Amino acid sequence: MSELIAFQQPDQAVIERRPAIIADLAELLPEGCLITEERELVPFDTDAFVSYRRMPLAVVLPETTAQVAAVLKYCNDNAIPVIPRGAGTSLSGGAIPQEDAVVIGVSKMNRILEVDLPNRAAIVQAGVTNISISQAVDADGFFYAPDPSSQLACTIGGNIGMNSGGAHCLKYGVTTNNLMGVKMVMFDGSIVEIGGKALDAAGYDLLGLICGSEGQLGIVTEATVRLIAKPEGARPVLFGFESSVAAGACVTDIIGAGIIPVAIEFMDKPAIEICEAFAQAGYPMDVEALLIVEVEGSEAEMDAMLERIIEIARKHGVKTIKESQSATEAALIWKGRKSAFGATGRIADYICMDGTVPLGQLSHVLEKTSEIIDRYGLRVANVFHAGDGNMHPLILFDANDPEESLKAEMAGNDILKLCVDAGGCLTGEHGVGIEKRDLMRHQYSDVDLAQQMRVRAAFDPKWILNPSKVFPLDGRNGSQPGNQTVPETGKTAA
Amino acid sequence: MSAVDIQYPETEDDVARIVADAKASNLSVEVRGGGTRLGLGRPSQSASALSLAKLTGITNYDPSELVMAARAGTPLAEIESALAENNQMLTFEPMDHRPLLGATGEPTIGGVFAANVSGPRRISAGAARDNLLGVRFVNGTGEIVKSGGRVMKNVTGLDLVKLMAGSWGTLGVMSEVTFKVLPRPETAVTIVVSGLNDAEAAEAMAAALAMSVEVSGAAHLPESVIHKFAGGSLKGGPATVLRLEGLTPSVDVRSERLVAEMARRGTVSVLEAQASQDLWREIRDVIPFADGTMKPVWRVSVAPSAGHQLVAALRLKTGVDAFYDWQGGLVWLRMEADPEADLVRQYIKVLGGGHATLIRADAATRASVPVFEPQPKPLEALARRIKDQFDPAGVLNPGRMTAGM
Repeated sequence: MSELIAFQQPDQAVIERRPAIIADLAELLPEGCLITEERELVPFDTDAFVSYRRMPLAVVLPETTAQVAAVLKYCNDNAIPVIPRGAGTSLSGGAIPQEDAVVIGVSKMNRILEVDLPNRAAIVQAGVTNISISQAVDADGFFYAPDPSSQLACTIGGNIGMNSGGAHCLKYGVTTNNLMGVKMVMFDGSIVEIGGKALDAAGYDLLGLICGSEGQLGIVTEATVRLIAKPEGARPVLFGFESSVAAGACVTDIIGAGIIPVAIEFMDKPAIEICEAFAQAGYPMDVEALLIVEVEGSEAEMDAMLERIIEIARKHGVKTIKESQSATEAALIWKGRKSAFGATGRIADYICMDGTVPLGQLSHVLEKTSEIIDRYGLRVANVFHAGDGNMHPLILFDANDPEESLKAEMAGNDILKLCVDAGGCLTGEHGVGIEKRDLMRHQYSDVDLAQQMRVRAAFDPKWILNPSKVFPLDGRNGSQPGNQTVPETGKTAA
Repeated sequence: MSAVDIQYPETEDDVARIVADAKASNLSVEVRGGGTRLGLGRPSQSASALSLAKLTGITNYDPSELVMAARAGTPLAEIESALAENNQMLTFEPMDHRPLLGATGEPTIGGVFAANVSGPRRISAGAARDNLLGVRFVNGTGEIVKSGGRVMKNVTGLDLVKLMAGSWGTLGVMSEVTFKVLPRPETAVTIVVSGLNDAEAAEAMAAALAMSVEVSGAAHLPESVIHKFAGGSLKGGPATVLRLEGLTPSVDVRSERLVAEMARRGTVSVLEAQASQDLWREIRDVIPFADGTMKPVWRVSVAPSAGHQLVAALRLKTGVDAFYDWQGGLVWLRMEADPEADLVRQYIKVLGGGHATLIRADAATRASVPVFEPQPKPLEALARRIKDQFDPAGVLNPGRMTAGM
């Protein structure tokens, strides 16, 4: 299959040294932490952006921060690219390796080190899954707020890499708003600790910079995260509309009226059909668009908020209103929504876009998205976080048809450009990865990108960390693996 | 040294030209907004200043999108009044440093973000940096750079927005900022629990934040400062204060539950809307220590449970007055005489870490005592490398945060 997205040319000199590199890595790690057999490497050749695959040179699964440091120092000294990996659930190809790279996976570092309820903080290793933090403090009445749909599998390390969001971040914010500290291994194997249980850290906001840096600034091995008291109750309510435009306008008016529910999720008819077939969530089938609005608090609070939301929805001609009557029903409603990607995968291949647009542009962008999809003769299902304008069109195609695959990628690119042109951005929570790398110039000028790349080089002077991602391959001003030159105007990093 | 020559750019291009000229002439510039925080941080080392006071105006505001953009020199008062007209607000309630520092002038929105100024609602709504969505800035070589945007969720590229927040003008001169705004709560009340000592207050605040009542402010005002708040009307000894905000029926329910829980710990009273609002403004602006003196004032950030332990330890060694915000994790300390920087920082380390900023002191003290927490070696080296990538010639605010940087 032809590929739209290029990878860096693998460094043949590194590939030729493979046996020696493997021998050296084996010295640095205990038994069972190094994977080199081809059939065992296959599970690491891609992530959830499955259209692209590359076999890595080797995979290491360290058990301690010190082991991560030893491997990273070795790779930096020998100019070997490194691909950090959590659970491999990236939708943008953030964890896809390359032939000359060593994958450092944090999956064995999966312990919760400390739960400190009076200070509402948990210290966890990077390989801990997102959901297990909430599970660990559930009985005490707390939870960890960011809830990406892949939360059963995805790791906190990966969440930090991509600054992951989720359905409930309308109220509680994304990873960066809930991260208080990290222990991180730098390119040269040195270990730094930033932040902690205090609400803010000293000096420049390195934590904010690291969060969402897609594994290009270092490898996080431990994180201190904020715990929040669970609401007394939560109630998702379904609102069915005759058109996507009406549903979109309703979202804008709810927010505009000063009501911030904990979540507002949008599904169009194709998405409703796909999710209902999978989850039997009780979604209405006779509507063109559906909003899942979740309110939380005590019964009285939820009633008060819902009353106002219903009033607004009526103004937009809402056709169906269905409140969940039990915890089971509420869970089903969310199961349907959160399994949207998986359920879509059962009926077709798909790529998932992640642009975010200003709320006032929702209806316009939905309309234009349909036009783009029609032009390419494809199908689309829209399911997304409407409250914060983070859209997720799922473009359906047949991966066995090379022409259709190409069309899907091109349609995706057009949709992302549309989002940027509407005042939004390429990616709200999935990250740039390789998927959106070559569109970065649509959002940023060369000066903007050069500034980001200089900052990147301050953390990783040889560009060994996840080098094929985020920044367009051309115009890197000579900063490539094995090349210490930092882009223009900056001094060479000390 | 105080800058004498002040330039007032009226456009972003002017800013870029001034910075580029300074770089070409091997000069540095002090970057300032309204100048209300010039007494905070290490004293300026520049002969000339670049003031953003004339780069003003709200550039984008659609209340239904909960986002506003403004040029950096826009007075905070103008921003807040435009928001108030639409029943909205800056949710991080930035502190006004003028009373504490005895400063005059108008705080600007750029200054608020450059110093990452956040108030009591930080515990529930995030800091200034959490609400900053996009920036345009001029780096130390005179290039105009943008980062972020005007949408709530954005992970496109490195988040330079966060880096600019709290960098005190040392990495770039912000020309325009885009930030999140939120509806004003319909109602706010404050539950006052009287008679708790510092340790009991820390426990009470932790208990309140463990309840599903969404506390949006948690402070403890010990006996020594209580008469300075609410015109001396808070009776019954030290006061632990907990704020609830939101829709009226919701606040009623939560208030009832919180009062029931707190009544087991101390004497409980309730402050309604206006009294509540006034109290939290006094807490935000550190009014007890706005005493017209230059006695050293520290802003200490530690784990919430460590705050009162720090104060107890310091009291055995030196003259200190204190009160607490952020569930006890933000400690405001006024020293009787010497700032005792080493002592304060050593105890913070012993108690699990955090950091101290010397918010108020005379210029000589601020030149000799590290105002911002000294960083461990690897982090300081990293900060220097970052500074070099924005401002390789050291044009912008040299030495404002760290000596020689």
